[in-house]
Amino acid sequence: MPLEVNGKSFETDEEGYLANLSDWQPELANAMAEADGAELGENHWEVINFLRSYYEEYQIAPAVRVLTKAIGKKLGKDKGNSKYLYELFPYGPAKQACKYAGLPKPTGCV
Amino acid sequence: MENGEGVVKKFCYINRKAPYGTIYALESLEVVLIAAAFDQDISLVFADDGVYQLTKGQATEAIGMKNFSKTYSALGDYDIKKIYVEKESLEERGLSAEDLQALKYEDEDDDWAEKDSLFVVERDELAGIIDEQDVILSF
Repeated sequence: MPLEVNGKSFETDEEGYLANLSDWQPELANAMAEADGAELGENHWEVINFLRSYYEEYQIAPAVRVLTKAIGKKLGKDKGNSKYLYELFPYGPAKQACKYAGLPKPTGCV
Repeated sequence: MENGEGVVKKFCYINRKAPYGTIYALESLEVVLIAAAFDQDISLVFADDGVYQLTKGQATEAIGMKNFSKTYSALGDYDIKKIYVEKESLEERGLSAEDLQALKYEDEDDDWAEKDSLFVVERDELAGIIDEQDVILSF
């Protein structure tokens, strides 16, 4: 189902992931979150921006174990744990945050 | 692993094909990334045309493929620390270790010191490494 934002239509796959990586803009993340009944705060954006730069560097979305470890290293131990990340993204940090970040679904364990 | 949970086998993924002419290289990489979640003892081998998968400066725009060579740098994050490249395969193609990406991992037990994970080994030594494996997957 295409996603409508600012009068423009964006193609997504059957699970709601953005079809074209280059289409992404912050408003899309907000629209996706709103559709899930969530609101994105600063802490969410930290993770989303981290995922986008990880993808830019490595061309993959990290598995959740890798994400957790890397977040801990970059943003501090209090954020590098499953509890914190699941509170922000209850549908699964890798899965849900990647969707908002406009990345493909992560390979492997999400 | 160290705490004796489950059975740890030695898995070896052998990559022998050039990166973009077929889907083998990318599929192998995806399998490796998925399998990394199972805490097994993983080695990667690059031989024959497979050595091209690790070359620096790949540019794929003109063939419309994603440049997944950047993903090899993430292997360290997935605790994959044993990447063997066959020396003779490099030489036969006029390549040397300098033509390859530097692959590193951060050693959690050594204050996150960066250490090399890519090793250029001779054919004889590689045969010994392959001989020690429990499971071999060839791509």
